Amino acid sequence: MLFPDLIRLTTSSFLSYRVRSFLTGLGIAVGIAAVILLTSIGEGLHQFVLAEFSQFGTNLIGIQPGKKQTHGASVGMLGSVRPLSIEDAEALRRLPYVEYISPSVTGNAKVRAGGKTRRTIVSGVGPEMPQALRMYVQTGSFLPDDDPTQARAFVVLGAKIRQELFAGQNPLGSYLRVGGQRYRVIGVMEPKGQVLGFDLDDTVYIPAARAMELFNRAGLMEIHVTYRPSAELEQVEAGIRGILTARHGSEDFTLVPQEKALEVLGSVLDVITFAVGALGGISLLVGGVGILTIMTMAVTERTSEIGLLRALGARERQVLALFLGEAMLLSALGGLAGLALGVGIAQGLHLLFPALPVHTPWLFAVLAELSAVTIGLAAGVAPAMRAARLDPVEALHAE
Amino acid sequence: MIELSQVSRSFTVGDQQVAALRGIDLNIAAGDYVSIMGPSGSGKSTLLNLIGLLDRPSSGTYRLDGGDVTALTDEQQAKVRSEKVGFVFQAFHLVPRLTAAMNIELPLVLAGISPAERKIRVAQLLENYGLTDRADHRPDQLSGGQRQRVAIARATSMHPAVLLADEPTGNLDQATGKEVMNLLEQLVAQQVTLIVVTHDPAIGGRAKRQVRMVDGQITGEAGRSAGA
Repeated sequence: MLFPDLIRLTTSSFLSYRVRSFLTGLGIAVGIAAVILLTSIGEGLHQFVLAEFSQFGTNLIGIQPGKKQTHGASVGMLGSVRPLSIEDAEALRRLPYVEYISPSVTGNAKVRAGGKTRRTIVSGVGPEMPQALRMYVQTGSFLPDDDPTQARAFVVLGAKIRQELFAGQNPLGSYLRVGGQRYRVIGVMEPKGQVLGFDLDDTVYIPAARAMELFNRAGLMEIHVTYRPSAELEQVEAGIRGILTARHGSEDFTLVPQEKALEVLGSVLDVITFAVGALGGISLLVGGVGILTIMTMAVTERTSEIGLLRALGARERQVLALFLGEAMLLSALGGLAGLALGVGIAQGLHLLFPALPVHTPWLFAVLAELSAVTIGLAAGVAPAMRAARLDPVEALHAE
Repeated sequence: MIELSQVSRSFTVGDQQVAALRGIDLNIAAGDYVSIMGPSGSGKSTLLNLIGLLDRPSSGTYRLDGGDVTALTDEQQAKVRSEKVGFVFQAFHLVPRLTAAMNIELPLVLAGISPAERKIRVAQLLENYGLTDRADHRPDQLSGGQRQRVAIARATSMHPAVLLADEPTGNLDQATGKEVMNLLEQLVAQQVTLIVVTHDPAIGGRAKRQVRMVDGQITGEAGRSAGA
């Protein structure tokens, strides 16, 4: 039998039971649509979260005081932990592949200007903070490259603070009181929006040494180090560890590489996408059972036709191929309809709720269609084998 | 052409062995016109199925065209059926969802014959059996006589050497039945071996050789001289 004839014959039985074929195909279509819809949302979420986390760059290492063990408790509570100092941060500049270093101390304080007061996040940073965290100055300039321990009292405003305290005026050159001290405004940051609940625009940036004084802290909360993309993460980590251990006498700090954090996060999100896809897979399985049912019925109904085909010289393999072909045709067409349905619903949801991230990778679509055909094949095997093994004489005389 | 020697066929019904055929010896030459007559349950259909390689004897040997076909695999039997045997049934056995032309084409499709060749053969068969204007009708749109003509056209589409007809007129009125028998008998003139199973003496009596069966055994044979 030629392949086009196989297609033609299977299509003819498919078409002669239109409603039944449609309903059976619908079972698969709903399954595939569920898989596509759920994985699209899962994958959209995946990309959204990763984008949130990687917007500060991926060649970033955070250094935090205290050594975190796998149990999560800080050794510093038992032994001695030296605070991370601004000098520690400056010492890291000796490393060859380090690009930017920004110390960081963050807290909450009252700021006041022109008679208006606001509680806001005060972030003590170094002059390289914009480069290190990929943030940009909108007007004016960022903190100057002063002696880090004796930086002048300059402040750079987040976009929202500027709106709240200096609406309609040029804030550059004005004074802002931060926790009782006067700072001169020298720049305004570009709006950045919220990142995981922190409003980066509702923040003012002052030199790290002054923030430590303001919050009465002995050390930094974190040092951000960026390195050249060409450098190996392990090499950078070893360099940082070497310098800081030499300075502190022991490894009483923790390195948090963004790259590894993203890897872990990415694999967690992959598992989530896979899990929701598997949930959709259950309905696909139900669709497969539908095909099994219909094919079993078809073999029973068309028993005498199977006998006829055998009398006309059809081999067992040909009968098998006809029924398998029918099962696969049902599932393949159902799968295609499901793909269209799933992508359609996903895109529709995205239009209705633009905040809902949706993404359907081509690979998922191809895999979904392949699994639909595989399910059709699997569901068709048992009925098709039964059809092929029917005794021709008995089959011919079945009614 | 067809040589059966000591062929028996028994079935297991419940825990009993029922012999449908008992020690059949039958030789049929190429181009013969044979009718097998007997009451129902006499084993005549079983004999026809055996000759058509749809069934296997429990014992004995069956030689077709000089070769022993008793021991062929299912695959090989299907090939012999496809190439040498045509079937015509009482209930026509047309595929209801296929048109007349597609029903006739079916054996050619199963044999893997090219579409161009099929088209020529099917057009010729439709014309031979006066079905050209019915080519695109489905079986439920055809009369009984037309359906059996489609079935005969289908049975001959592979140019078989043997044509097996099981009660071919059983579902037809007398006039149509006669017409169908005439069509089958025309094939004998083209050197096709025709074997007709029937319980109707009027149909069976038309054959040159008339084999009688009772209880799975051949009880007698009557002949009509070729010149008569």
